[in-house]
Amino acid sequence: MDTQSYLPVQPGVGMGENFLSLDDIVLSHERLPIRTECRFPRLGFLEKSSDSQDIPEGTKMELPLWLSKGLYEKKRRVLSVELPKVYREGWRTVFNADPNVVDLHKMGPYYYGLGSQMLHFDSPENPEIAQTLLQTFIGRFRRNMDSSQNAYNEDTSALVERLDCLEKALFTSGQSGLNSFQSWEKGQASQLTASSLVLNYRKRKITDLQP
Amino acid sequence: MFCEKAIELIRELHRMSDGQLPAFNEDVLRQVLQEMEALYEQNQTDVNEAKAGRAELIPSIKLRHCCLLRNQRCLTAYLYDRLLRIRALRWEYGSVLPANVRFHMCAEEVQWISQYKKSLASFMRSLGGGEGLDITQDMKPPKSLYIEVRCLKDHGEFEIDDGTVILLKKNSQHFLPRWKCEQLIRQGVLEHVMS
Repeated sequence: MDTQSYLPVQPGVGMGENFLSLDDIVLSHERLPIRTECRFPRLGFLEKSSDSQDIPEGTKMELPLWLSKGLYEKKRRVLSVELPKVYREGWRTVFNADPNVVDLHKMGPYYYGLGSQMLHFDSPENPEIAQTLLQTFIGRFRRNMDSSQNAYNEDTSALVERLDCLEKALFTSGQSGLNSFQSWEKGQASQLTASSLVLNYRKRKITDLQP
Repeated sequence: MFCEKAIELIRELHRMSDGQLPAFNEDVLRQVLQEMEALYEQNQTDVNEAKAGRAELIPSIKLRHCCLLRNQRCLTAYLYDRLLRIRALRWEYGSVLPANVRFHMCAEEVQWISQYKKSLASFMRSLGGGEGLDITQDMKPPKSLYIEVRCLKDHGEFEIDDGTVILLKKNSQHFLPRWKCEQLIRQGVLEHVMS
C-alpha cells in the first residue's frame, strides 16, 4: 500500500465539528433556509431582493450553516432555521422506503454531515431525522462495502457517483485495503514504489521544470 | 455575503486532496484580512452606539462577529493544512526540495520547513546510542540488503559506500545497496525491479 505522509485533519464525528478540518469547513458552507425573528440593522445589502438599509424581521433568506449556527440561540429568538427539503417528512418517507435508489451525491453531497448538524437546531422533528439518517446509512452500507471490497481493477466511477462524501471516503479506504491485499498476494508488497505525490507533481508541473 | 473569499482558499486546498501544495495565495489572504478589518471597524462603531443605548444593533454586531470568527477559522485551517502538506514533502522528497515546490511557499513557510528539517535531523542523530538512525529509510521492511534497480531517467554519477562511482543512465540496470537508492526510488528516478 502507498504510505501517504500527508494526513489531512479528519472531519468531526456526529454532531461535532473539527475546527481545522477542510471537509468540515466546506460542509458548514452549505446554505440553509432561515427566517429572521428580529431586525438586523445596517445589513440590508446582504439581502438582495430589497433596497432597505436593514434586514427586517420575518425575512426569508438563505444563510450558510456556520452563520446560522453562530446566531442561533435557544432562549432568545434571533432566527428560526427551516429544514432543507431532503430532511423533511416527504423525503424521509422515500429514504425509509428504499435508501439504495437515492442519489445522495445530488442530494448532498454532505447528506449525513449536514443532517447531523441540523440536530443543533431545536426542531420537534429531530428524533425522526436522526433515525432516518441512521437507517439510510445502514441500508446503503452493505452494498457500499460489498462493492468496495470486490471491484478490483475496474472502473468504479459508476459505483461512486451516487455516494455521499462520507460513503465515498469509506469506499476509497475499502478499495485501498483491497488493492494492498492483492499486491501482497502477488508478492509485490515489499516492492519499493515511487511516491504518488511526487508522480502527481511531475504530471502537472512538467511545464514549470522546462526553462 | 461575507467570508466568500475565505472559503475560496479552503476550496483550493480541498480540490487537491492528494497532498499537493498549491502556490501560496497571498492575494486572497490579504483580501480576507482586509474584510476582517472592515468588519471589525463597523463593529466598533456599532458597539459604541449600542453602549449609548441603541440595543437593537446587537444582532448585527453578533452577525459580524460570527463572520470574523469564521474568517479566522478559515485562515487558520488554510495555513495549518499547508504546513501538513509541506511536512509531508520532507518525507517524500528527502531533505532537498525541488525548486518548483519551494517556489510555492511563502517566506515564513520556508523558514518553518528549515526549522523542521533541523529538528528532525537532530532527533535522528540522537537515536541509536549516538550513532544516528535515518528514520525516513526502510518504510517497508527490507528483505535483502541489495536490490535490483532500473534507471528511469538520466541522473548522472552516483557514488556508493565503497567509493565506486556508477553512472545512472536511462534504462541501465544496477544492483545497489537498498538504503542508498530508497530515496531515489521514491523520487521516481529509479524503479525497483522484482525478479
